[in-house]
Amino acid sequence: MTNKPALFLLSVMLVFGACKSHTEQGNASAEKPPAAKMEEAKGAPEEAEITAAPNVPAPVGNRGPKKLIVKLLTTEIEGEIADKKKYTFWTFNNIVPGSFIRVREGDEVEVRLKNDASSVLPHNIDLHAVNGPGGGAEATSAVPGKEETFTFKAMNPGLYVYHCAAPPVPMHIGNGMYGLILVEPAGGLKPVDREYYIMQGEFYTKARENGLLEFDNDKAVSENPDYVLFNGKKGSLLGANMIEAKVGETVRLFVGNGGPNLISSFHVIGEIFDNVYQEGGTAVTHNVQTTIIPAGGSAIVEFRVDVPGEYVLVDHSLSRAFNKGAIGKLKVTGEENPKVFKKGGL
Amino acid sequence: MKSRLIHIVILSAAIWCISCERQEAAPGAAPLALHAGEISSKVKMVLIPGGEYQPFYGADTTPVKVKPFLIDERPVTNGEFLEFVKANPQWQRSQVKRLYADTNYLRSWVADTLLPRDIHVDAPVTQLSWYAAKAYATAVGKRLPVLDEWELVAMADETVPNARDKKSYSDRIVNLYLVKNRQYNAVKQSPPNYWGVYNFFDLVWEWTDDFNSVLVTGDARSGEYSNDNLFCAGSATSATDVLNYAAFMRFSMRAGLKAHYTVANLGFRCAKDVDE
Repeated sequence: MTNKPALFLLSVMLVFGACKSHTEQGNASAEKPPAAKMEEAKGAPEEAEITAAPNVPAPVGNRGPKKLIVKLLTTEIEGEIADKKKYTFWTFNNIVPGSFIRVREGDEVEVRLKNDASSVLPHNIDLHAVNGPGGGAEATSAVPGKEETFTFKAMNPGLYVYHCAAPPVPMHIGNGMYGLILVEPAGGLKPVDREYYIMQGEFYTKARENGLLEFDNDKAVSENPDYVLFNGKKGSLLGANMIEAKVGETVRLFVGNGGPNLISSFHVIGEIFDNVYQEGGTAVTHNVQTTIIPAGGSAIVEFRVDVPGEYVLVDHSLSRAFNKGAIGKLKVTGEENPKVFKKGGL
Repeated sequence: MKSRLIHIVILSAAIWCISCERQEAAPGAAPLALHAGEISSKVKMVLIPGGEYQPFYGADTTPVKVKPFLIDERPVTNGEFLEFVKANPQWQRSQVKRLYADTNYLRSWVADTLLPRDIHVDAPVTQLSWYAAKAYATAVGKRLPVLDEWELVAMADETVPNARDKKSYSDRIVNLYLVKNRQYNAVKQSPPNYWGVYNFFDLVWEWTDDFNSVLVTGDARSGEYSNDNLFCAGSATSATDVLNYAAFMRFSMRAGLKAHYTVANLGFRCAKDVDE
């Protein structure tokens, strides 16, 4: 019995000894600059550039970490969903998907979420780029007419979904309350010729007496949507709205999936992804035909376009593309290259 | 036997709908700023016999006991609140202390004691704080309903006291909730519920005395208790009626409120204890 305290003391001393040597190692490595994610953000806060799909803000390039202010307005508005039919969308900044936010690893980001005074319901924002409770959801819960604010440090590079997490969440997301935030690594992503913002989401609808479409909870629970759409509207990437590139250029697509329920099998007909940042993270795979994008997840895909034509973007769960709207186009112009592709035989 | 008892209680409730007369405010009970000059309220009150009810929120399946109480048959109107601020200048827009109401307090009013022309005197008063609602209730010798009382009444549809099992129950309420600018309509233009209570869902959100004591966090997914033993969940993991989207909306609204906030579609009605 009496030996036990002594043994305990001994082990405590051993542990402290171990700790001490760890600390010394830590001190030695502290001479080096801190990891990019914990670099101190400098300068006065400035308002971040944000954009509507399919456009993205300018790359961060070589700049150091900054203090940024992101302003978002939550609204409940009528808009065209498909074929001149109107739907009551709930939005960030009156657009679906919400504004694209682009920051750098190490940035300190102040998110100001204002809920429009004409809103019926409270809204908030959960950014998957945040390390902290609820991704900011509770801190930003805003009743109609109120603005709520929280601040986070962008620590993990990647492409992240943000969405409203006010109850009932599937309804807030199902009505269009999602968007993307890109956290670029220190030094920025490798420059490319074209960058675009595409976000998939599905809509479960029923008609009011006046014909206005709105969210149908029964269809949502059974995960049976009427529309599966890119950028919140049928045809948002078709006709005059096609995204564009020139032969020889490298295209980077920031692709998100708001859900609320379906997983996307993202594919570009007639192209192979040279690089895929799987699930929007750091691991890059090559030569991918179709990439999975989870609900509440993303992917960055890059490819060089070699020959002109119209390349069709689809969710390769094809009934969604053929019947429910999950279709868009990339128009590539420039010189033909018969070495790569031609009609007829060798 | 039990159901017969309930019938008797219901019957007496129907008979017991009374006009509430002017009552004396409890002296010294309210803090200074809540102290209010008395005014009268002519709104009819309805007796709710109380009973046990299963709260919508919480993993706990124990039913909550609610004592019999009286509740206003409709929300307090612009016209009534105007009379209140006339008798209580400290609650006029230019006089109210910032601590008790934010800068949007009674924002649409033309002046301290003047309603805009295009606003209906009989529409529910909105854009007022919890403090102001409480002060009004005190001035008319009443109080705000507590959340359990409010939610007990909310279980009724037009034909039964508890319609929560009906598929249409939540859907119909959600349909009402999502109509914009509904707060500008006059009270009592739609049918009453089972108890004879009007406008529980179709005009405004309503303050309750303990609006922030039981709440769904703004983040709907964390099935956890928060500090102060306040229940902080209402998430998909703990709500007893997972498909009751209407209730989720109410609880998330309450979770976003602070007592000095004023909101364009948030009003109130009064309640009262039943005299023994």
